[in-house]
Amino acid sequence: MNDRRGVTTGGLSLVLVVGLTAAAFAALITTATGHGSDAGLMTVYTARVVRFTLLQAVASMLLSVGPGMLVARALARRVAFPGRRLVLRLFALPLALPAIVAILGVVEIWGRQGLVNHAAEALGLAPVVDIYGLTGILIAHVFFNLPLAARLFLGALERVPGESWRLAAQLGFDGRASWRLIEWPVLKSQLPAVAGLVFMLCIASFTVVLTLGGGPRATTIEVAIYQALRFDFDPGLAVRLALMQLVLTGALVFAGVRMTQPLEVGASLDRRVPRPDGAALGARLSDAVAIALALLLTLPVFAAILVSGLVAPLTHLASDAGVWWAGATSLAIASSAAVLSIALAWPLAEMASSGRRASAKRLLRGLGRGAELASSLVLVMPPVVLGAGWFVLLLAVPGGRNMGFAVVIAINALMATPFVTRVLAPAVNDNRARHDRLCAGLGITGLARLRLIDWPVLARPLSVAGAFALALSLGDLGAIALFGNEHLVTLPLLLLQRLGSYRVDDAAGLALILGGLCMAIMTLAEQAARRDSVH
Amino acid sequence: MTAPRIRLNNVAFARSDYACLLDLDVPAGALVAVTGPSGAGKSTLLDLIAGFEIPQSGSILIGERDVTGDAPVDRPVSMLFQDNNLFAHLSAADNVGIGISPRLALTGDDREQVQAALQRVGLDGKAGRLPRQLSGGERQRVALARALVRDRPVLLLDEPFAALGPALRREMADLVVDLRDERHLTVLLVTHEPADVAGIASHVAFLDAGRVHAFGLPADVLGAGGGKAIGDYLGRR
Repeated sequence: MNDRRGVTTGGLSLVLVVGLTAAAFAALITTATGHGSDAGLMTVYTARVVRFTLLQAVASMLLSVGPGMLVARALARRVAFPGRRLVLRLFALPLALPAIVAILGVVEIWGRQGLVNHAAEALGLAPVVDIYGLTGILIAHVFFNLPLAARLFLGALERVPGESWRLAAQLGFDGRASWRLIEWPVLKSQLPAVAGLVFMLCIASFTVVLTLGGGPRATTIEVAIYQALRFDFDPGLAVRLALMQLVLTGALVFAGVRMTQPLEVGASLDRRVPRPDGAALGARLSDAVAIALALLLTLPVFAAILVSGLVAPLTHLASDAGVWWAGATSLAIASSAAVLSIALAWPLAEMASSGRRASAKRLLRGLGRGAELASSLVLVMPPVVLGAGWFVLLLAVPGGRNMGFAVVIAINALMATPFVTRVLAPAVNDNRARHDRLCAGLGITGLARLRLIDWPVLARPLSVAGAFALALSLGDLGAIALFGNEHLVTLPLLLLQRLGSYRVDDAAGLALILGGLCMAIMTLAEQAARRDSVH
Repeated sequence: MTAPRIRLNNVAFARSDYACLLDLDVPAGALVAVTGPSGAGKSTLLDLIAGFEIPQSGSILIGERDVTGDAPVDRPVSMLFQDNNLFAHLSAADNVGIGISPRLALTGDDREQVQAALQRVGLDGKAGRLPRQLSGGERQRVALARALVRDRPVLLLDEPFAALGPALRREMADLVVDLRDERHLTVLLVTHEPADVAGIASHVAFLDAGRVHAFGLPADVLGAGGGKAIGDYLGRR
């Protein structure tokens, strides 16, 4: 894509992304002004919600990041134990799984009728875990984020040059010296970014709190927005909460940009850097315990999803028209969102790449920076807040409720845009660096360039990005929870509805279908991405 | 085709981190070795002639034609870079053919021309191979074959043989000299290797700090009387 076409299509994407977000923001502000006289921004209720949002995010972060660091260190020291690769694959799975599916597994293990409480009962003890409330939210958040933190920290440790370890061996470092002089400085440099990411994920964790929280004592801002719109019919309250969430996420993103170094995207490279330390019995034991505990946290949840899914009435589900309809709706929304997300992110990545060139004019540089920021806009304005804006906007439009399908697609596309851009940007930059001058010299422009050069080169990263967007959208519950109705039901929403009506067996079967679908898509995308990095 | 003279008159170019002011008069049919320390402006000189950079002031003439504001594709120039001269997903033949038709809409005659060019650079029988199936030297030969089918009278080479071993580099340099003689080309070759200069160049342009410090016959520019900057560059005490 040459600069002129890049600016035209990139500009169009920029306008669309900013327009969709700004329209939601404007709707929130206008409604807030309209309801301003009813109540102040901070009431007893909103203050409690904000306090709980922060409390659960801080606790989840501490419980995920600290232990994640120890697990990463254990995995870095143990480069050759059988099943190491399997453990790493397992740690990648929680993020690939739709939150609602994982929560079902968490409930099977930690719920009132779960494995842990059954075990306690068998031992003559009282139930040890009450899954609904802060405890459940923390368990679910640690399930998602401890493996993520461990993988990110492990990636950083794997990038320590082999020479450092050889030097450590030569100088006779013990475990403590290795930690102080080699490992901790590396981990410390990643700590703000990893902690910030986990904190952000927990702040905007809608599904976990919706299913495991509940009641005024265990509600986060996003869930309170949903409740205000869907149950209390109080758009004014929803808007006030949305603005609070906006301030919170905006401050976090701003702090993240200012204070942390960018995270390496690849997480663990699965590189086996031989290390001379950690041979002592104490080190071996502590590593084994760290890895075993992390496995105990994750493995049973997956096993529970699989087992309860397989014993569920799958044939009954297969003959249920509602399931087929929800599946078709999910696929229609997810594939449209994936296409739209790529249509938005690709031109943005092209424009960002144009702006980053040394010879770029000031205007182009500004547009490029704008494109970079626009692709991450949804991080500041999470899907539920975006949805709240569009919800109140559509209330004012005659027949607006019928536009839910399109709005869910748009929100899901925006939600995927930062991830799609992250996958596409390196490939786009590389393509531009390799081919721009060559194409300019040979006069390969316009559609000829798109057909002969850009498409063949970018087809694979585009497919990878599309697959990620597809899986993200398939598992989304945030937007559909706001806009769903009896005619607009996706698989995650159907799963939630069946859970809500105590049809747990149906929910388990649906979880297996949805989880399997998302995992298959994510695995294919990851494999394609890995093949891409090999070439 | 006749080899053109190339003139750069007070060509000023600047960006945030770099500036240069270039004056140069290359005789028709010369093979000029462009040399000098890193950051001297060698690649920028070639980019300006090829049209990848547009000067803020001054003029660039190829033959009698002022090409200062022309797009790269409209200039009578072919350029080879150090890397990435080929499209990795296109075969050797398509990489050459795209020099004839940017849409790869090739006629029978075009395909014959592609085969002849590949044959001329010693790649007969390798037309269907992808760049990754060719050696470094073979990849650069494909790029040279494309320059042949484009039939432009100016050939710019931005260190295209830097990654090759000495024997292969010599072989490629000889091929460039042969092509210049056959096709009547004016050639500018950026190089860091004084040995390349001595063997093949008719002229040397020595650049330093964004200016053409010296231009002339190799013996004059690189000889003992070349001045302190050239002495420092060549490591003469």
